[in-house]
Amino acid sequence: MTGTGAVGSPGSLTVADVSVVVDGRTLVEGVSLTAAPGEVVGLAGPNGAGKSTLLRTVYRALRPTSGRVLLDGEDVRRMPGKRLARRLAAVLQEAPGDFELSVYDVVAMGRTPHKRAFEGDSADDRAVVMGALAELGAGGLAGAPFGRLSGGEKQRVLIARALAQRAGTMVLDEPTNHLDLRHQLDALRLVRRLGVTAVVALHDLNLAAAFCDRICVMAGGRLVALGTPREVLTPALLAEVYRVEADVAEHPRTGVPHVTLLTGSERPHGPWGSPA
Amino acid sequence: MTGTTDTGTGSKGAGATGSGAASKDGGTGADAAGTSGPGGGLPAGGRATADAGPANGPAAGRQGRRAPIPYPVVFAVLGALVVVTATFGIAVGSIRVPAGQVWGILLHRVHPALADPDWTRVRETIVMDVRLPRVLLAAVVGAGLAVCGTALQALVRNPLADPMLLGVSSGASVGAVAVVVLNVSLFGVFSLPVAAFLGALAALVAVYFLARSGGRMTTVRLVLAGVATAEVLSAVASFLVVTSNDPHKTQSALRWMLGGLAGTTWASVWIPVGAVLLGTAVLLGVCRSLNLLLAGEEAAVALGLDVHRFRGALFTLVALMIGTIVAVSGQIGFVGLIMPHVVRLLVGADHRRALPAAALLGAAFLIAADLAARTLMSPEEIPVGILTALVGGPFFLWLMRRRTA
Repeated sequence: MTGTGAVGSPGSLTVADVSVVVDGRTLVEGVSLTAAPGEVVGLAGPNGAGKSTLLRTVYRALRPTSGRVLLDGEDVRRMPGKRLARRLAAVLQEAPGDFELSVYDVVAMGRTPHKRAFEGDSADDRAVVMGALAELGAGGLAGAPFGRLSGGEKQRVLIARALAQRAGTMVLDEPTNHLDLRHQLDALRLVRRLGVTAVVALHDLNLAAAFCDRICVMAGGRLVALGTPREVLTPALLAEVYRVEADVAEHPRTGVPHVTLLTGSERPHGPWGSPA
Repeated sequence: MTGTTDTGTGSKGAGATGSGAASKDGGTGADAAGTSGPGGGLPAGGRATADAGPANGPAAGRQGRRAPIPYPVVFAVLGALVVVTATFGIAVGSIRVPAGQVWGILLHRVHPALADPDWTRVRETIVMDVRLPRVLLAAVVGAGLAVCGTALQALVRNPLADPMLLGVSSGASVGAVAVVVLNVSLFGVFSLPVAAFLGALAALVAVYFLARSGGRMTTVRLVLAGVATAEVLSAVASFLVVTSNDPHKTQSALRWMLGGLAGTTWASVWIPVGAVLLGTAVLLGVCRSLNLLLAGEEAAVALGLDVHRFRGALFTLVALMIGTIVAVSGQIGFVGLIMPHVVRLLVGADHRRALPAAALLGAAFLIAADLAARTLMSPEEIPVGILTALVGGPFFLWLMRRRTA
């Protein structure tokens, strides 16, 4: 692909004993986690587990009540905002609101950390923006008003914006939200191909198993499991954390653990077995 | 995948993309148009690299919506509009001065060799000392209100924000009326602007915190908080006026509250000119940060903006501009609400394009409104704030209905 070129060098992202208390409620409690340079760490867990809250402390939307977040050993809260934004990009769930922004305008925001006051967009900036859109298969949307896109198109544009930051480290909060199957794969493949360090909150455990080096499972604000997909995705853990019954088997073609949820209406074993 | 939709509409979309991005390439004004090469080239390249291009089809129809007018053209037209309205503003009045003579007088002032004086001294006085300062003030007030409105809408991330709707103008009024009625002269000549600024800032901060709850600000809360604050502050201003013992002061304070540019002299022009020019220059320097605010608070933080500090600084700046504007013109409503919307329809929401355009459109609009205010019922003069409200009120309602639809 032309246009986007190389992103910054992947950083080492460390969440060190982070707790977040908001209005007396503990949302995240003592979570520690390190993503090595180039590593993709999945963040899984039921609704309200504290995944988004944890990510918000990484991109500084939220100050940890205790603990620190370090990028290459440096506390992110002590770094000037622009310098951090050149090295760490975030894909959030929040989307721009009522203003008549074009898709191009939205993605061009990703260039802001690289710009000084009064500095115009260079040809390189425009190439980066268009390249980022092209990477997400959204090159044709550049002139469209952002507000009129479908949910999936918006999501891809927001990923393109983070891409335009050219940061070596990314946090992505449910980047596959609203995306159809093909675009889910494309988005996560892209993250892998860029070689960035990434922490990705994902609901789909099979996607997480396929694309993440390690999976971190949170529940009730705590880290309950951290390891390779094979280590983490076990029926016992799924039952404990999600309260679901599931089969986990290595998929014969991908070699990746595959989670099948049992809905309670399964046939008993045997091809035509009748209910007991 | 896209084969089904990427047919006739696809080629239509391609054309629209080219022109859409061409206006993008207009960038921050004249410079970008020349240096960046043909605008249509980039999106075409982008599409070429998007091998599969799965999104081209569905987007094609929507791209047609985007205004195809290139930014430099819009900018030039708005600039011409300011020149034309200003010429009429100076030419028309109880004594008509031909447009050619207006320019003759102005050019002669710039350099005597530029025009031969074929006019009477009276006319020159009318042009130079009566109408020119008034037109200049109208331009500056209009531009300032439009620019402040644009910035405020980004700051509170709500397209219904307006200096008057948010109680900022009322706050400035209280400050200014207090100075007039109570005879405060703590800061000498600057007493009125300083008091207006403090009132504006206090009102803005109050509305901001009243409208915020749990880190979020809804349109409803913002409008309610703004209206309530404006009402309370207007009541305070009225109270100050009514309880004043000096009928002369009461009269001048009342006339001032209705909003108008009558009796403008050169002496009253310089402070607002300076404040608006300076404030607009600062805002142009932080355009990218203003854009980030449109993406939402968290996104702005993630993109490197210190949102709280930035917002605080810009509230102060806007209050300063509104304060000096209200101090000379009284409350002129709706300019700060309408202009940003019209501008965004014309050039999009990117502040690098929207702010300069808003300044020009606001200037032209208020020059025209002021011209109407002093000629429609001549020799009576309608306070210009009444006219802008007559135009702006219906527009606001239309906007509200369109948004909820």
